[in-house]
Amino acid sequence: MAEVRTIAGDPGRAQQATTRWALRLIAILYVTVLVVLPLAVMVGRTFEEGIGEFVDSITSPEAVAAITLSLRVTALAILINTVFGLTTALLLTRYQFPGRSVLNSLIDLPVSVSPVIAGLALILVYGRSGWFGGSLQELGIQIIYAEPAIVLATCFVSLPLVVRELVPVLEEIGLEQEQAGKSLGASGWQRLWRLTLPSVRWALAYGVVLTLARSLGEFGAVRVVAGNVLGSTQTMPLLAAQRYTDLDEQGAYSISFVMVAVAIMCIIVVAIFRPKEEQ
Amino acid sequence: MGIQALNIKKSFGDFVALDDVSVDVHSGQLTALLGPSGGGKSTLLRIIAGLDQADSGTVRIDGSDATSLPPRRRDVGFVFQHYAAFKHLSVYRNVAFGLEVRKRPRSEIRRRVHELLDLVHLDQFADRMPSQLSGGQRQRMALARALAAEPKVLLLDEPFGALDAKVRKELRDWLRRLHDEVHVTTVFVTHDQEEALEVADELVVINYGRVEQVGGPNDLYDRPANEFVMEFLGPVTRLNGRLLRPHDVDVFETPHEGTITAQVERLQRIGFEVRADVRSADSNFWVQLTPGQIEAMGLAEGAPVWVRPARGAATIEEHEPPAMLPDPSNLSESAEK
Repeated sequence: MAEVRTIAGDPGRAQQATTRWALRLIAILYVTVLVVLPLAVMVGRTFEEGIGEFVDSITSPEAVAAITLSLRVTALAILINTVFGLTTALLLTRYQFPGRSVLNSLIDLPVSVSPVIAGLALILVYGRSGWFGGSLQELGIQIIYAEPAIVLATCFVSLPLVVRELVPVLEEIGLEQEQAGKSLGASGWQRLWRLTLPSVRWALAYGVVLTLARSLGEFGAVRVVAGNVLGSTQTMPLLAAQRYTDLDEQGAYSISFVMVAVAIMCIIVVAIFRPKEEQ
Repeated sequence: MGIQALNIKKSFGDFVALDDVSVDVHSGQLTALLGPSGGGKSTLLRIIAGLDQADSGTVRIDGSDATSLPPRRRDVGFVFQHYAAFKHLSVYRNVAFGLEVRKRPRSEIRRRVHELLDLVHLDQFADRMPSQLSGGQRQRMALARALAAEPKVLLLDEPFGALDAKVRKELRDWLRRLHDEVHVTTVFVTHDQEEALEVADELVVINYGRVEQVGGPNDLYDRPANEFVMEFLGPVTRLNGRLLRPHDVDVFETPHEGTITAQVERLQRIGFEVRADVRSADSNFWVQLTPGQIEAMGLAEGAPVWVRPARGAATIEEHEPPAMLPDPSNLSESAEK
């Protein structure tokens, strides 16, 4: 009550409160219209015909194949982007070298070009008539229209996510801890495991979650290079899209629900652990 | 366990940080590298530690060539101006770090860490995180950490530069006592001449990438090799074309042998000393006196006086306008690039 009185008695404060409420309203509307509403409707449609129907449509052989393929590709993309993302972030923050700013801008390229372009570019390089495609094919290695291409395309589109989370944190930490570690007798590996990784663990976790979400959901680049062979090179988003065009709406929503659930779970897990750890 | 740096040269682009510097640090001593910011003293310390590489020259630690050894094989403890605490590790784990990476047995680590935390009066804070410590406590933790693996030499880069004046003075005394207890060869970098004169056994004055003078605190104060050292180590006044300390001037109210005549322009008391601004026929200068002397001589503003350098005073011939002098505004800066 006291708060209400002061606001009423002070026109400046009252105005501030109005602004605050207006801003809140806009933010809530924005998120509702764009995110919450479509997701809620989708969840509703998923379970419209009962839980049994949902279970059936995500345990069908092609659904199981798509889910395992997506998980495998995502795991590989996370592994690759974590290792190279960490290396690149360390390179960018700790060393001065010619071409550093070029590399820095190149990192951002994958998010600024359309994923379809990424897919087409991969075909130009690894496709049957591409640069390496022919010689690789002679060795019996097929990349395009096979799993390696899906991994490559997924890595491509999620490349900046780990690096961009790590760079600001590494810059803030600076070089002194690293130098202190050196003078205290720690080898490069020991400094990485004992100093660098623990210091950046939350940024890294966030980068991994973003990579996971992006990798699970990637459609465009994968669509171009995967060939979309049912049960073999069909990832979850491809399956969802195909079911939708085949007028199996419920099936499309079911597989989409699995993707959304995985992504939301990851974000929740990180959100739960993060503050505890920093207290 | 002495340190020899021989003919060290180091440039950063066009900037010459060290120009053929040789320094010999004696075993067991506490040596100060003293000089204005940007003079090259921190660079020299980092080269000794192996954190920077010299363009040319040799570093010998404990008699053996360490020039191309990585820092972790040099057996040095290094303390940074801004502590460089491992923020994700407790105070205990910070101090234990050097022992853990050397895979020492756990019982030995526990004994040694508690011994050191006791030495730096932080044993009750063993389980805290560095963010829960004050600046002075963090720097003591950093010192314990540097000493943990029993280094041959301890190197401190402006160790008290980031602390406030009172804590600084306390830690300074404490460092001296600590050094008397552990006797490890210690080199510390400072731009604060009072700190260096008070704490160090030996001072190396470095300016513009060159060693200006090496010696004990009294040597340097009483017998400065040149104008720069004289100006940097304490207050200076000019009498008859010579530089000398303002307390090294005899003042009389009657003519004496070797005196020149002058007039008191202004008397300003600052605590237990009196600053007398004096004008002679050809120059203005100032003299440091005590309130007792003023009273005994009955000095007043406007009174005639006769002055001469005191017997045994350190004096230096004055050169043309001193180009080598540091900008006084730089001297108070704590950060050295």
